[in-house]
Parts: sequence; structure tokens; C-alpha cells
Amino acid sequence: MKHITRKATRHVNQNEGLIFEKSSAGKAAWKLPPLDVPEVDTAKLLGASERKDLGNMPEVSEIEIIRHFTRMSTWNYAIDLGMYPLGSCTMKYNPRVNEAVARVEGIANGHPYQPEKISQGALHIIKTLSEQLIEITGMDAITMQPAAGAHGEMTGLLMVRAYHQSKGNARKKILIPDSAHGTNPATAAMVNYAVENLKSDSRGMVDIAALEAQMNEDVAALMLTNPNTLGVFEQQIHKIADILHAKGGLLYMDGANMNALVGKVRPGDFGVDVMHLNLHKTFSTPHGGGGPGSGPVAVKKALEPFLPAPVVITHADGTLGFDYNRPQTVGRVRAFYGNFGMFVRALAYIQANGPDGLRQTTEDAVLNANYIRKGLEGTYDLPYSTPTMHEVVFSDKLQLKKGVRTMDIAKRLIDYGFHPYTTAFPLIVPGALMIEPTESESKEEMDLFVEAMKSIAEEVEEDPQTVLDAPHSTRVSRLDETAAARKPVLRWKPGN
Amino acid sequence: MRYLPKSPADREAMLKSIGLRSVDDLFAPIPAEYRLTRDLDIPRQMAESEIVDFFRQRSRENGDGYTSFLGAGAYSHYRPVIIESLISRGEFLTAYTPYQAEISQGTLQSIFEFQTMICELTGMEVANASMYDGSTAAAEAVMMAVRLTGRRSVVVARSLHPEYREVLATYATHQGMPLSTANFGDDGRVNLKELEKLITPETACVLIQSPNFFGTIEDAGAIAEIAHKHGAMLVVSIAEAVSLGIVEPPRQADVIAMEAQSFGVPLGFGGPYCGVIATREKYVRQMPGRLVGQTVDKQGKRGFVLTLATREQHIRREKATSNICTNQALVALMVNIFMTVYGKVGLRELAKQNLAKTTYAAGQFAKHGKVLFSATPRFNEFVVQTSEDPYAINGRLLGHKMVGGLPLKKFYPELGNAALWCCTELTTRTAIDTAVGLVAESERSVRSSKEEDVAEVTR
Repeated sequence: MKHITRKATRHVNQNEGLIFEKSSAGKAAWKLPPLDVPEVDTAKLLGASERKDLGNMPEVSEIEIIRHFTRMSTWNYAIDLGMYPLGSCTMKYNPRVNEAVARVEGIANGHPYQPEKISQGALHIIKTLSEQLIEITGMDAITMQPAAGAHGEMTGLLMVRAYHQSKGNARKKILIPDSAHGTNPATAAMVNYAVENLKSDSRGMVDIAALEAQMNEDVAALMLTNPNTLGVFEQQIHKIADILHAKGGLLYMDGANMNALVGKVRPGDFGVDVMHLNLHKTFSTPHGGGGPGSGPVAVKKALEPFLPAPVVITHADGTLGFDYNRPQTVGRVRAFYGNFGMFVRALAYIQANGPDGLRQTTEDAVLNANYIRKGLEGTYDLPYSTPTMHEVVFSDKLQLKKGVRTMDIAKRLIDYGFHPYTTAFPLIVPGALMIEPTESESKEEMDLFVEAMKSIAEEVEEDPQTVLDAPHSTRVSRLDETAAARKPVLRWKPGN
Repeated sequence: MRYLPKSPADREAMLKSIGLRSVDDLFAPIPAEYRLTRDLDIPRQMAESEIVDFFRQRSRENGDGYTSFLGAGAYSHYRPVIIESLISRGEFLTAYTPYQAEISQGTLQSIFEFQTMICELTGMEVANASMYDGSTAAAEAVMMAVRLTGRRSVVVARSLHPEYREVLATYATHQGMPLSTANFGDDGRVNLKELEKLITPETACVLIQSPNFFGTIEDAGAIAEIAHKHGAMLVVSIAEAVSLGIVEPPRQADVIAMEAQSFGVPLGFGGPYCGVIATREKYVRQMPGRLVGQTVDKQGKRGFVLTLATREQHIRREKATSNICTNQALVALMVNIFMTVYGKVGLRELAKQNLAKTTYAAGQFAKHGKVLFSATPRFNEFVVQTSEDPYAINGRLLGHKMVGGLPLKKFYPELGNAALWCCTELTTRTAIDTAVGLVAESERSVRSSKEEDVAEVTR
């Protein structure tokens, strides 16, 4: 490597095949206690339903399993290793006390159907977190049932539909800005609304004139991410809300970027009617390689009757319980009560922060994004000069002259010891580099990031092939995704 | 704030380099009238020790130390210690979705193994990387059948978990998918005659659960035959994954929607759990959710990537197979480790112990109360009908630090004083005998009070 990276050094890691390739008959990692009841004749009990063979399931010992997964783990990048600046993903530190308290016996092992009398602890957690999220968002009521952000979007739009239906007309479509996440239009389709695109203005914000022209009595809601995916706060937010409300429409806020707002401004105060939160983004629950998430939906009073059932209530005797008698509910969106384990972690995060910590967190997240913007402005093209909140979007326009695209720069960043930023999104910026550092990065880590990005820009000028061929330091080089999709191999088979 | 890695001097220096005087300048884009000028009304910062105390207290109020006979879609099985050791590694815990394959091979390979083992256990050809849970997996599997058949209506077994049915109803409402419900017969299984009558040329699929909500094993072969005869698909929900160790999977199904919580996932008051969809290879392009596929790198070395993304929302937007994005990856890893630990032989032995405990318990209960559907093969759940309201019986069990079976009145009023009991390998004979003793006592006291009534009348 021509340019020296100060962040990372190569080191040996172990090769490891698939677990099936280690399996051989007679090895075992399990031991059951002796039965304290009579043995049974399975053939007699199950008849034709008895299973005789479990196919190619592995047979391995415990040490092999430990090494198998530990070795594989070392092939992953993670927040615990360094900056993970994926835009709109909010890859912040996942506090370990959250993990510890989620594993306390009565919390980890409570059965969802155990009597209310012995579920007061869990109910207390749900109620406390609900109240705090309502305070943080400035909304009036909340459901904790949705399992992730997209699931929250669906729940929110179901409530939007039910609200309009209760007024006699469910309406036909949802307006979605061209900068929106893909989940927004996919969700609208699941709730059987047509999607109408809304274009952005030259500053990267909702085009107010276009909104006024497109708004009519067929529009059920506008789904708005704020700050939007350019990291820009919609400065005309109240005007947007007013335009919708004047024609009876609702303002839905995708809370994916709430990390820019907590403790500084509340969506409920600027005209939002319904919004979802991502506990796995803003409230520090771990992404775990793609989940689990949790996507609570907060609403204004007018939408409260439509919340999914059950909701947590306080009985006359002061104990907590579930209320299933919700005649106007949109129904259930999930069995049981949602991803409770994530509620525990999110509440622990809020407790550790308090009001001052949450505010400082938001300030640091926005400060970090602006610091990176300042550091890279000039080196990379900044398509929108509008002020940046928690994330900043550059484009590969300058590097494209040498045939280098955002994905190539991202792959080269890996060699410098960083996880790439989000590539090629939002769609309104051709060749986007979407960078969200979060509050969890120190000045030193960000200085290294800026240095790495500048160094790559120099490489693009001097030796673009090095960038085009990156990464050079990983255990596998760029993988053939086309072949993977053309002839999918989605499982191991003996003899493969 | 202890999670924030900056000193006041760092912040000053950064502001200065940006050319700002104060942090407030960063928030200037937010119209002043909306900026919060007060503290959020939430409790002050707590020390780590205080947080731990708070949750320990909540734990004590949450059934800690009780023996439970509850199942009904959430099962208590032993979780091998190494599950927590391995999922706690930061490289798994704090990684994002593996979009950057070169630095995500650990997550990708483990999902590939997960997909493989789910296929082996279900008898299907492909499985996805996970869904939110069993209930949403079932609803999404039904929507998949709707897309594949071009038909819109659905026949649902009443012996499917009642909350799964509620979730499906929510998903179906606005898709214009008419739902009809097929009742169960005296054997606790879908009434096949009634089922066949409900199938029309517009039926996209039949959705059943096996073992069903009552623990009895459905005749998936017969149901598949009926569905297929009418051009409909069969979707089977499996809520108790451990059953797959000893119960033949519904290989005749077109789609299987699973809840894999039983495989090493804590009960956690209902979530997070691990849904997964498995199906035939020819249907894969209509399957929702992420998929990992095998490929090679530039040097020909084996590697894994997320694939067939053109089904998904970030590419296809409103034309995607589903809006699902975040799934249950870390929970799927727990499931993966559990399946690896028990493997080919252990899973069968584990399932056999579940069957033995349940057979013993059902036999003991049958001596005092009525065990419904007792002639039908079952796995680890059974329905006990009593003379007394099961809520009253459970109230007394609680005094013995025991949680009795789930009263079914709310979901199946026609079954009267019935409760759904579950035994797993963790249920001890002593606990079973104690619970049976209390039910027997209840039966005796009801009988003697009836005798007293009779005596009073004759007097």
C-alpha cells in the first residue's frame, strides 16, 4: 500500500470451513439429564408422524463450535472495532449494561402469558419506556408492538388508514419524497395505498410548491424523514404540516434520523401526527448483524383509538395490565407484545443518559457530522450546501473523472480500517457517499477517517487502479454478486 | 456522559475548526419556535449500579422462581451456555446488516449455515435469513402464496395460534384478501370435510399449524392433497421447533413459516423471537426477506453475499415482495448455535424427552380431569378440561410458585373450562405430580360440593 494507514494493521486470522464439513458421526456437544418419567415408544405414539432421520444436521463437539463461531466472528467488522459511519443507520455504541440487565432471570425468562399478577416487572418496564418515548417525541400515545422500523411504518399507515376510514373515506395515496428510504414506498403498497413521488427542491428539502400542487383529498398522508436522508432539517416543516392538515391529510414522520433531534426538538411540537422510532438506531440496542430491531409508533390523540391491541393500562387497584378491549384498533401486528428485550435495553440507555446526556448525545452527533463535512469539503463534491445535521452526503463526481465510483472508495476505506459509509443512497444524489458518524466517535477517530478519505482521494488521482481493485487486505476480495444471483446457491449440500 | 468520547476541549476545538462559536449554531436550521428550551422530563442520569438495581427489582416482580406449564407459542427449553458466550462477541453483536461482504463473512457464513439447517429440518429446498417472528412469517407466507397463485382468498385453520390468526387478519384486511376459517373436529385437528367445502377457485392457500395450537399433529399430507386438488397451496406454520426432532416435517407443504424461538431463544416476555420462511426453490423469487448465497471472489475463493436483492424494498421499492428490512439476525445466530449444539442426534433425543414428559403428564391428568383429543398424536402440549374454572385452579397453583396451563376460554369458549398445558425437557416429574395433585383436589372438591347440593335437594 502506497499510502500508510495509521488506523489498521493486517494480522493473521483463522480459516474455517462450513460446520457441515467438520461433522462426523458420534461427535456431540450436548448431554441430557436422565429421564425422571418412563421412556416412551415413539413409533406407537406418533405412528406415521414419527420422524426417522434428521438429514445432514451436523455432529460436532463443543470446542469445535466455540472455535467455529469465534473464528467467523473475527471476519466481521463491528462498532466495537471502530467507526461504522453508515448513513441513516446510526451505528452508535451499544452499552454493555443494557446487555447485562436484559439477561437478568425474571426479565429474560418471563413467559408472555404468565398471569398479570406476576408480570408487573415487565409491564412496569413497558409503561416507563412508553412514557419516556412519548416525552421525547412530544406525542400523546404509543404502541411498542412493531418489531422493526419497516414494521412500525406499516403499523403507522394502518392507523392512518383507520383514521381516514373513521371519517368515511380511507383515501387513495401516500406522498413520498424522492429522498425517502425504500421501506416507505414498500410499506405504502402493503397497506394498499398508491405511492406518489414528491420531488426535492434545490436545497434538498421538500418542494413546497410541488407539495401544494399535489396535495388534495385523495392524499392520506405524507411520509417524511426529518432530518431527511441528506441530513437536512426540513426548515418549512410547519408549513408542510399545515398544507397537509388543511386538506385533511396526516403527517407521518419516519424517525430513522431521530438521533439528530432527541432533547433538542420534538416532532410532536412541529406538526407530526404519527411517527415510528428505531430503538436499534437512536436508542442504542445492538444491530446484531441485521436485527432484532424494535419500531414503536407514537401518535397524536386523534389516532390513539386505532393503536394495535393490547395496550398497557393501570387498573383501579394500581397494578398494571393489558387492555384488549379496543373496538377501533387496527388489530395485532405481531404475536405477544413486541420485542420486549429491546425495550429493556432502550430504557437502560435512557436511564444512563438522563435529560442532559441525551441532549449532549444529540449535540455531539451533529457536531461530528459537521466536523467531517468541514474536513472533506473540497476533497469530495458536496451536492447540497444546506446545513448538515447528523449526517452528511457527498458525491463521487470528482472521482468519477478517473472512473472511480462511490462503491470503489467505500471498498478502499476498508483497507484503511473503517467500515464504509452508505453508498449510492439517497437516490437523488448520483454516486452518493452518505456519512453518519454518530456521537460515539472521538475527535481522534474522526481525524483518522478524514485522513483516510483524503488519502483515498489522492490515490484516485495518482493510482486509480489501487482503488478500483480494493479491498486488498481482507480475507476475500470483491465477491461475484452477479454469479450469486444468476445461479443461486442458498444452502450447503453434501458433495458441494 | 460516560458513553461520549469527547472532552470539553475537544468540542471547543472542533467547533472552532468548523468556524462556529457555539453548539447552538449547529441547530440554527431548526426554526426557533420549535427548539426545546427545557430539559426533557425524564429521570436524571443513573449510575450503572442504579440501573442494574432497577432491573433486578423488576425481575423479582416478574415471575422469577416460578415453575411454568405455559407453552402456546413460547417454549421454555434449556439454552446451552455457549449461545450467550458466542452471541456476546462484539463482532456479532455490534455489526450491521452484512451489505459489505468482504468484512461481514462471519455473519454471512453463519446465516448460510442457518439457511441450510432450516432446510434440513423442514424438508424444504430454500430458507431465508429470518423474519420478525412466527406470526408475521405466517402472514408473509400467505401473501407469498397470493402472489404465486394470482388468487386472493385464504382458508385458515382455527387450530392455528389465535394471535397468529389475528396478525394475518391485520395484514389481509387492506390487501383485499378474504379469510375463512376451518374448524377443528373432535380429534383436535382440522375438519377435512369442512376445509374442502371452504376452498374455492379463488383460494390461494390453506394455512395450518402443526403441531397445532392444541399440540396435536395435523395430517399435513391429507390437507396438502385437498389444497392441491383445487389448485391452492399449503402453508404450514410450525411454532414449536423442537417438534422437528421427532415429528415428520410437512414435506408436502409449499411454504413453511416457522417460529424458531424454541431453539435457544429466551422467552423474554414474548420477544425478540425468530421467524423464518422456507419453501421450494422454484418459489424463491417471491419469498420475502434477506437471503445469503454462496459465490467466489476474484481469486476464486469461496465467499458469501446477500443475494436476490431485487426482491427487496431497497431496490424494488413499492414493487418489493415485502417491506421487511431489519430482521432478527442475532436471534437467528442463537438458533443456529442451538441447532449446531444438538445436531442430528441431540435434537431427536431432546424431542423424545419432551414427548416422554408430556405423555407422562397427560396420563396423570387424565386420571383426574379430561384430556381432550387424547387419541390423536401430539408433541408437547395437551388440553385439560376441568370442572372448575382453570383461572381458579391456576390461582391456587400460583401459591405453590407454579403457573398452570393457559386457560382457553378467551380463544375457544366452546371448550369450556379448558386449559392448554405444556411440558418440555425442563419440566420435572415432581412439578407435574404437584400440579396434577392440585387439579385432582379441585375435581374432588367440586364433586363433593355437587354431592352436597344433591344431598340438600333430597333433604
